[in-house]
Amino acid sequence: MGGTPGSAPLLDVRGVTLQYKTRDHLVTATYRVDFEVQRSDRFVLLGPSGCGKSTLLKAVGGYLSPVEGSISLKGRPIARPGPDRVMVFQEFDQLLPWKTVRQNVVFALESSGRLRGREAADKAMQYIEKVKLQKFADSYPHTLSGGMKQRVALARGMAMEPDILLMDEPFAALDALTRRKMQEELLQLWEGTRFTVLFVTHSIPEALLIGNRILLLSPHPGRVKAELNSDGGDAPDAQGRKLSERIHALLFADQIEEEAAHV
Amino acid sequence: MSDAREQRPEFVRKSLETAFGVVEKPLTPWERLYNIGALRKSVLLVALAAIWQLYAQQLDNPLLFPTFGATLQALWEGIVSGGLLGKAWTSIKVLLMGYGAGLAIAAVLTAAAITSRVGTDLLETLTSMFNPLPAIALLPLALIWFGLGNGSIVFVLIHSVLWAVALNTHSGFLAVSSTLRMVGRNYGLTGLSYVAKILIPAAFPSILSGLKIGWAFAWRTLIAAELVFGVSSGSGGLGWYIYENKNELEIPSVFAGLFTVILVGLAVENLVFRNIELRTVRRWGMQH
Repeated sequence: MGGTPGSAPLLDVRGVTLQYKTRDHLVTATYRVDFEVQRSDRFVLLGPSGCGKSTLLKAVGGYLSPVEGSISLKGRPIARPGPDRVMVFQEFDQLLPWKTVRQNVVFALESSGRLRGREAADKAMQYIEKVKLQKFADSYPHTLSGGMKQRVALARGMAMEPDILLMDEPFAALDALTRRKMQEELLQLWEGTRFTVLFVTHSIPEALLIGNRILLLSPHPGRVKAELNSDGGDAPDAQGRKLSERIHALLFADQIEEEAAHV
Repeated sequence: MSDAREQRPEFVRKSLETAFGVVEKPLTPWERLYNIGALRKSVLLVALAAIWQLYAQQLDNPLLFPTFGATLQALWEGIVSGGLLGKAWTSIKVLLMGYGAGLAIAAVLTAAAITSRVGTDLLETLTSMFNPLPAIALLPLALIWFGLGNGSIVFVLIHSVLWAVALNTHSGFLAVSSTLRMVGRNYGLTGLSYVAKILIPAAFPSILSGLKIGWAFAWRTLIAAELVFGVSSGSGGLGWYIYENKNELEIPSVFAGLFTVILVGLAVENLVFRNIELRTVRRWGMQH
C-alpha cells in the first residue's frame, strides 16, 4: 500500500468492517477497508453517497468501533473519541451557540486539558487570526455567515494541534463561491503548518484540489476501489487520461455494473 | 426567433449611477415609538383600565364590580395598612420552597432519565401519569399526610412544578443535535462535565420554558390552595387575603388581592425570566 516504505504510518486502518443498526436493518457500511495515512498527508476519502466514508471517519474519530479489523493511531488502537483526533463537521451547529468565537476555541483547549487560562486564550487568538476572524473573536456564532462558522470550526480544530484533523464534508453546506475560497484557505493553512488531514467528500473536483492521496470507495457496502495520487492539478497519466477522468471512469463503471445487476 | 436573440447587444457599465439618495434612512419618531413593545403594551393596559372604569361606573354596583379607581385605592390601603405586601411575601416564600424542591427532584429524575433506559421509562411513565393530574386535587390527601401547614402546600407545589420542568428538560436534552454531542465527546467531556457543559446549555431554551411553565403552575396552585386551606399556612398568604375579604364583602380588596396576584406574576415573568432570556437564549441566537 501507499506511504513511504519503512516509516510507520500515522493512521493505520486494517481490514475495517463497520456496521450500524437502523430501526429495521443491520447495515454494513464498509467492508474490509485498508488504508494508511502518513504524517502531513491530505488524505481524501472519496465516493458516492452510501460508500460509508462518513461512517469510516466517525470510526477513526472513535464514535463507533469496527466489527472486524483495526484502526490505530501512532500504533495505538483507537477506543474512544479523544482530542488527538479532532473532527470538523459539515453542520454549522458544531459551534457552541452559547459561546463566542474565542470562547469556542478556548473551550476546546480547556475541556481537553490541553491548556488553561491565559495560555489557552493566547493560543485561541493565534488560530483565530490564522483564519482571519480576529475582528469577530467576541461575536456569537449566530451572527456569523456559514463560511465564517466553518472557519471558526477549522480554527478550533487546528488550535488543538491534533495528530490528525478529521474533516467530514466541511464545505458541502456552503455556496459555491465560498466553498472555493475555503478550499484555497485550507490549502494555504496546510502550507503553513503541514498538519495531517483526513478529508471526506463526494465531490471529485474538491478531492483533486484538496488531496495529495485519494482513496476511492465503491458503495453498498464501502470497499476500496483505488488509491490514487494527486498533485492538485488534475495531471494526465502516461496514457494521457486526466485524473478526474480516471476517477469518473472508476465510479461510473461501478454504476453500470450495478445497473446491469439490477436488470 | 433565434435572430432576435442574437441581435441583443452586450453592455458593460463604466460607472454606476449614484443618484439614488440615501441607502439608510432613520425611522420617523412615530415608527420608533411604535417599535417599543413596552409602550404598545402600556397603551393597551391603559385602554383596558379605562374600559373597566367606565363599565363599573355605569354598572354602579361596587359589591359586584368595583371601579378601577376603587380597586387601586383598596390596593394602596392594603399595602399601607392591611399588610398586603406581607401576605404576598408569605405566599412567595412558600412558593419558593415548593419551586426549589420541585426543581431539585426534577433534576434527579432527568439525570436518571439521561443516564439509563429504565430512568427514561420511569420519567416518561410518571410524567404521563401525573402531569394531567391537577395539583389541587392532591391537597385533601396532602392534608391527611402532612397536616395543616406549609408541608401540605409545598407538597402540592412540588407536584405542580416537577412534571412540567422534568418533561421540558428531558425533551430538551433529547433534542440536542448529534453534532454537538459528538463535539463534546471529541474534546474529552464525559459524565457530569458533559451534562453541564454541553447538554444543559444546548437544551437551555427548553429548560427555561419548563421553568416558566413550572413557575406559572406553581403560582396558580399556591393561590388556589390558599383559597381553600389558606389559614393552614399560619399567617396566611394572598389567597387567604382574597378569601377573607370576600367573607367581609370587601369586594374592592378582593380585586386588589387578585391584582397583586397578577402583578407578582407579571413581575416575575417580565423582570426575572425576561432578563434570563435576554442574557442567555436570545443573546446566543437560540431563540428569537
